[in-house]
Amino acid sequence: METAPPGIRYVLGDPGLPRLIEAVRGAGYRVAGPKVRDGALCYEELDPAEALPRGIRDEQGPGRYRLKSGHDASLFAQAVGPQSWKRYLSPPEQRLFVARKDGSGLRIEPEAADASRWAFVGVRPCDLAAIRLRDKVFLDGASADPAYRAVRKGILVVAVQCTAPAGTCFCLSMGTGPRAAGGFDLLLTEIGEGGPLLVEAGTSEGEAILRTVPRSEAAPGDLAEAERRMERAERSMGRSLETAGLAELLLRRSESPRWEEIAGRCLACGNCTMACPTCFCTTVEDISDLTGSTAERWRRWDSCFTLAFSYIHGGSVRRAVPARYRQWMTHKLATWTAQFGESGCVGCGRCITWCPAGIDLTEEARALREADGAAPSPRT
Amino acid sequence: MGERKKPTLAVFKFASCDGCQLSLLDCEDELLAVAAEVEIANFLEASRAVAKGPYDLTLVEGSITTPHDAERIHQIRRVSKTLVAIGACATAGGVQALRNTGDVSDFAKIVYASPQYIETLGKSTPIVDHVFVDFELRGCPVRKEQLVGLLGAWLNGRALEVSSASVCLECKRRGTPCVMVAAGTPCLGPVTHAGCGALCPSFRRGCYGCFGPMESPNTASLAAVWTSLGATGPDLVRAFRSFNAGAEPFRRESEVHEQR
Repeated sequence: METAPPGIRYVLGDPGLPRLIEAVRGAGYRVAGPKVRDGALCYEELDPAEALPRGIRDEQGPGRYRLKSGHDASLFAQAVGPQSWKRYLSPPEQRLFVARKDGSGLRIEPEAADASRWAFVGVRPCDLAAIRLRDKVFLDGASADPAYRAVRKGILVVAVQCTAPAGTCFCLSMGTGPRAAGGFDLLLTEIGEGGPLLVEAGTSEGEAILRTVPRSEAAPGDLAEAERRMERAERSMGRSLETAGLAELLLRRSESPRWEEIAGRCLACGNCTMACPTCFCTTVEDISDLTGSTAERWRRWDSCFTLAFSYIHGGSVRRAVPARYRQWMTHKLATWTAQFGESGCVGCGRCITWCPAGIDLTEEARALREADGAAPSPRT
Repeated sequence: MGERKKPTLAVFKFASCDGCQLSLLDCEDELLAVAAEVEIANFLEASRAVAKGPYDLTLVEGSITTPHDAERIHQIRRVSKTLVAIGACATAGGVQALRNTGDVSDFAKIVYASPQYIETLGKSTPIVDHVFVDFELRGCPVRKEQLVGLLGAWLNGRALEVSSASVCLECKRRGTPCVMVAAGTPCLGPVTHAGCGALCPSFRRGCYGCFGPMESPNTASLAAVWTSLGATGPDLVRAFRSFNAGAEPFRRESEVHEQR
């Protein structure tokens, strides 16, 4: 991805986003974007004639998510929904190969990469950060994954800055939002309820697409309105997480009684890990037909909350739920940094909203910190 | 490869609705392949022809509810090299384990005109309470893909992977927005064993717990969530007392909410 010079910002001319999406399609992309399904905004493929939903607001709290419609004509006045773009980048279930046994022996047929090029429309800054983290893990290094690379290289990112954070959002604390800092081909900012959209290109490919759509250079008033909205968004974060010394705190408090207390509420259902845009753990399963002549290997999303996840010879290492929650939270907020150089949390708040029991990561971190202050320092 | 003797498969039924063994007949596409790989030695839903044991693989459906059946399961175990219990009845006592919560003679008096002819046990119990069970497949009914997977694994001498984690993992993989979080619909998914592919939530219904308790069910926490969504004590008793009423974690949780 070539980065274009710092973007000139434009206002999209009529008919606005539909025309831009048409141009994206024209460049050879299948388009995925927010769609209302089963009471939530889901990232699904958009048909050519399909418009993005308008006037949708969300209400998010621990274990609670509701959509309200009919507010106005705004397109992006909500935060993230239950799904993340990892559905596309690392599919929940993926066949890796088929093995066939015939007279001459065993033949392995690797799964052909899906040649689809996807444009993600409406990627929020927290999810841009999540994609960047996944890239770090799967594009290079010890865990580089050819299947990931094959999908990733075809992705066009049309991001949108967040102007209406939800009650569970804390991207400001994690330094990932609500402003987008990079990682997009095109970036939108909504500066009126269903009114104009500011757009800027982040790559030469985005620039090329932008050149084909009606637009006019943004007036100072448009830029000031965008700035006003971003400042308002920064002030309306539903949650915050104190990150200073957090990794050390979690490692220091590994024997805190708080873990037991959390386990009283934790369902160990794994929803937080499935909803998390950076959680990347998978398991593989082999299946065979009845005759034993054909076998397949499948990769599926897995969770550190299952017993099988920590199963080694002799049994599971993390049998008790306190150990499983501690593993997840400590990996996300502490040991991830040792592993990949930065926190594994992007502050999207999905783990809070989509936990059926409403366990709040930021609240648990706060409780651990308070207890840490109250307890005699373990350091001499 | 020379002619090999096909392994024998037997299917036996105890107190049950036949739904699980019918799942085997429901494997329409795979049925011929199954018949080609095994000799079906005893499967009354499929054929009147019955071959004597011993059997290489025995599938047992149903729970033990009569003194006669409590004897018969031992005979079956003796003639089975591998015995697999299939379905909620065989693995948890089934819906008929509701009798375990009361006095069975009281029920018999209500139901039968001449209860003195009824010879039945006080409790409906899973197969594993009576004999050694090599493997269990959960569900009401079992999922046919798991049944075929079981046969495939057994025929090829490899382990069958059956996740004992929550239904939520299947639900999220499927991409279904959580019905509890997005709609306030009480759901047993977080405490229920995976296997169904999260069927009910994909139709906007809460999970009914057909596959019984998952590996580490926190039923107390889920009951608190249900209560916050407006469920009453009797709602909770009913929810935990269905197809897997006899499964220990569900039985215990139902008793907590019982008002006497």
